[in-house]
Order: sequence, then structure tokens, then C-alpha cells
Amino acid sequence: MTTTHTLVAENLVLGYGDRTVIDGLDLLVPPGQVTAIVGANACGKSTLLRSMSRLLSPRGGQVLLDGKQVHKTPAKQLARTLGLLPQSPVAPESITVADLVGRGRHPHQGMLSRWSAADDAAVAEALDATETAGLADRPVDELSGGQRQRVWIAMALAQQTDVLLLDEPTTFLDVSHQVEVLDLLTDLNHARGTTIVMVLHDLNLAARYADHLVALTDGRVHAAGTPAEVLTESTVKTVFGLDNQVIVDPTSGKPLMLPIGRHHIRTATRS
Amino acid sequence: MLVLAALVVVVYLASLMIGKTFYPVSDVLRVVAGDDVAGASFTVGRLRLPRASLAVLAGLCFGLGGVTFQTMLRNPLASPDIIGISSGASAAAAFAIVTLSLGSRAVSIIAILAGLAVAVLIYLLSYKGGVAGTRLILIGIGVAAMLDSLTAYVLSRAAEWDLQAAQRWLTGSLNGAGWAQAVPVLVAPVVLTPVLLSQSRNLSVTQLGDDTASALGVRVDRTRLVVIVAAVGLIAFATAAAGPIAFVAFLSGPIAARLVGPGGSLLIPAGLVGALLVLVADLVGQYALGTRFPVGVVTGVLGAPYLVYLIVRTNRAGSSL
Repeated sequence: MTTTHTLVAENLVLGYGDRTVIDGLDLLVPPGQVTAIVGANACGKSTLLRSMSRLLSPRGGQVLLDGKQVHKTPAKQLARTLGLLPQSPVAPESITVADLVGRGRHPHQGMLSRWSAADDAAVAEALDATETAGLADRPVDELSGGQRQRVWIAMALAQQTDVLLLDEPTTFLDVSHQVEVLDLLTDLNHARGTTIVMVLHDLNLAARYADHLVALTDGRVHAAGTPAEVLTESTVKTVFGLDNQVIVDPTSGKPLMLPIGRHHIRTATRS
Repeated sequence: MLVLAALVVVVYLASLMIGKTFYPVSDVLRVVAGDDVAGASFTVGRLRLPRASLAVLAGLCFGLGGVTFQTMLRNPLASPDIIGISSGASAAAAFAIVTLSLGSRAVSIIAILAGLAVAVLIYLLSYKGGVAGTRLILIGIGVAAMLDSLTAYVLSRAAEWDLQAAQRWLTGSLNGAGWAQAVPVLVAPVVLTPVLLSQSRNLSVTQLGDDTASALGVRVDRTRLVVIVAAVGLIAFATAAAGPIAFVAFLSGPIAARLVGPGGSLLIPAGLVGALLVLVADLVGQYALGTRFPVGVVTGVLGAPYLVYLIVRTNRAGSSL
């Protein structure tokens, strides 16, 4: 399966109350690739993601999925093509894993239609892909953080969308679980060609796993392109206001950013 | 669920048979079928049948409305009888009876409107860029306390002959229930249950939080509005006919959840549990205790300890509600 959905933001303006968060942003999400969005705290990464999935109406500009405005697309129809996993989703008390993952099928069900074989298959596949099939009957609130995140991703997978947006899918996870989640998303991208857009905190993991890296600052895209093009010393300095050094990651060949603070710095490396 | 439904039918029949005079099932069924049976036709047909029917219908409404609120706000404390909707209907009804000396139909209409108005008021007071469950519950409890004291004030000024009619609005009672009270309560579940059922899948997705639910294609605000209006309608109609039978709305959902287990909609099971609770409580209140108690007293005795238990458990869990 190859996805050819195009997701584009044009001159987008977003805000809450009298605060403008995103101001005239243009963004093109390359289809069938993994895109990571990085930026300083409160630079509008999550806001952008929410608007791209119709949760927040733009003050100006538009978000287009396959040339159609997402804010004018019926919610359920959009939810069959584009999925979103919010930053800290809440599970109802004592819901089981299978039940939670099953709710991802909602956009595929009519008001009166029964649970179908296709629904069963989608849930089973999502549980398999995330290696949570063994947890199916356990209550979600008994799981560890890493397991829980895999279950939420399974729910998003059961939705079977060609485009998947994730808001910081690795938050609150230890490093091995972070890598596990990112590997899982990469598998999904390779196997199904799912277009993935995720907000990530960790610049180096973003550079490692993204095909396309987008750096936001002041409500606009500061730089976008391959990690090698975007993750440079000057970009990090502008976007995060941090002195740094970028080297080639010996493991992946991708760029690796080393922060330079005020302490513990060998004088030779200070430029 | 079938077991529950069967249980409701059995207790319903039993409550038609039991009383000062016992009538066997055959007599009761003949009366229900419309035959003339000496003695039984009046006692069962005129007295017990409307009373038991009202018990079932009011219980159904309370159960459906209660579990809807609890599901929507993801909190068992968020039941309409805790957050002031029943109190609003009660206060308005007491005022209409005592101060305005209105007839029973006008009283019902005023109670329903007041229930809706209180729901809107609580919603608006707790709206702050979206409605958070905890804030709505706390505001609702405050509003309920104010309205209850209003009811008490109105009753303290009441003339003695109004008191008995008004008293039902404090505890809830099926005494003197006739078809005039029971029939309007039939309308509410017939019209509003399909509305709730049509939204039940949306509602269960809404439990995942507004963002996730929207991403799954649910129009969260619209779902919430439809569901609130339908649930308040059920509660208000039932309250108008039988008074705020204490804690039925509050207890039905959690009991149904225990019986049904996780997964699956609680809507219909909670409605059946509500019907069963009111039927049993009314039987107990009438015959088991020597003196006759209104049904609300019995359900109150059952419900209050559960309320305390819930609050204790929440405190132990360390969360703020």
C-alpha cells in the first residue's frame, strides 16, 4: 500500500484567546514519510498538530488534505484518513486493552452497524503490530507506561488511517521504551507506507528517526528538510537559543547535537 | 441483561400481588388483561398497577439519566441527584404547590423546566474553555445545597394541607400514584431512550477525552449537548411525577457496571437496575417495616452509605475527586 495523501498547511494562523501561537505558517508534509516537528517549549508544535487534525479552527489560512480543507471535511470522514494521538490521552477507569483498541474503529462504524469481521481483523492486527495481544484482557490502568503507550498507538493503528499524527509519543517513557515506540512507528511507515507526523522533544532521536525534520520558532517554520539539512549548529542556536556542537552520529550517520552549557565543557571544544 | 429484565418483570408482578389482600398471579394477569375480577379489579387495577408502573418508569428514567451523566463526566459522583438537577426540579415543584397553589400538571411542567434550567446553569457556571468533570460536580453540589435549602424554606411556610403534597418533593414518594402521574413518565423514556442509544457509541468514545474523541470523528460538543438534554429530560419527567427518589440515579449506574462487567454499554442495564431499585424499595417501604415509609426514605438509606464509601475511596486514592 502506498499512500499519496498530501497534507499541507498554508499561511496558517492559530491561537487561543487573544494569544497568537502560530502566525502565517506554511508546511508541506511529504507523503509516505516520517516527519518530526521540533521546537522550543510553547512554540506551537502541539497547537499545529491539533489544527492539522481539525481540533482547532484556524484564524487564518488553511490546512488541506488532498486539496480539501480539513475543517470543512465531516469529522468521521476525515477520521478514516487522518488519525491523531494526543499527548496525554485518558483511559476510562477499568477499560480493557481490547476494548480501548476497539474504540479506534469508531470512524468505520455507522450509527447502527454491528461490530464486523473487518473490525475484529483491524484490532487483532493493531494488537499484533504493537505486541500487545498478550495484554488484550488486562485493564489499561494496570499497565506500565511503556505498555500503555503501545496500547494507545494500537488504538490509533486500529483506526487504519493513512496519515497518523502523534503528539510527543515518547513523553514519560524511559530511553529504551522511547526507542521501542519510534521503531514501531518506523515499522508501520515501512510496512504500510503510513505518513507519520510526530512532535518530538528529543532532537537527536528526531534526527535519527525522521525522514523529514521541521524546526519551528516564533510560530513559523524556521527550517525544513532532511535531518542533515535542518539539524545544524546555527539552527539549534536560533530555535533553542542554545550553544551547541553538531557531529555525525557514529551509529546512524545522521547528525547528533551536543549541547554546550556553562559547565563541564573542555575549553578546546568551545568555538 | 435478560436476567435483569426478567427480574424487573417478576418483582413488578409480585408488587401487584402483595398488599393488604394477596391476589394470586392468575387474578393479577386477568386484571391486567382487562377482565373484571371482584375486588381485585379495584385494588390491583386502580391502586397497585399505576403505582408499580410509575415505580418502573421512574426508576428507568432515573437509571438512564444517572448513568448517562456518570459516563459523560467519567465520575460516579456526577449523578443528577448529586449535582442539583433533581434539587432544581424539587424546589420548583415545592414552590409551585405551596406558593402558587398550582395543579399537578402545571407543577410537573414547572419541575421539568426547572431541572433543565439548573442543568444549563451548572453547565454555564462550570464552563471555562470546556467543561471539566470535577468542577461541574463541585459547583453542582453547591447549587444542590442552595436549592435544597430553598425547598426547605418554602415548605416551612407551607399551609398544613399543602404540606403532604409538597413533602413528596423532599424524599420522593409513590403514595397515591394514579395513571395521571404514570402516563406522562411513559412518554419520556419512549422518546428519549432511542436518542440516548443512538449516542451511546459516541458517548463511549467521548470518554477517551475530547481530543482523542474528536480525532476519532466524534463531534464532542454536539454529542454532549444532545445527551445532556435527553438525560435531564428523563430525570425531570420522573422527578415531576414521583419526586426526587433519593439516590436511584446515583446508584443504578455503578450497580449495573458491577453486574455487567467492563465493556458494553451500561445504558439499558442501568435503566433496569433503576426500575428494580424503585420497585423493591417501594415494596420494602410499604410492607416490610411495620410503618409505611415513602420509597425515597428506603433508597436514601441504601444510597447514603455508598456515597460515603465513594468519597472515602476517592480520598484514599489520593485524587481530588
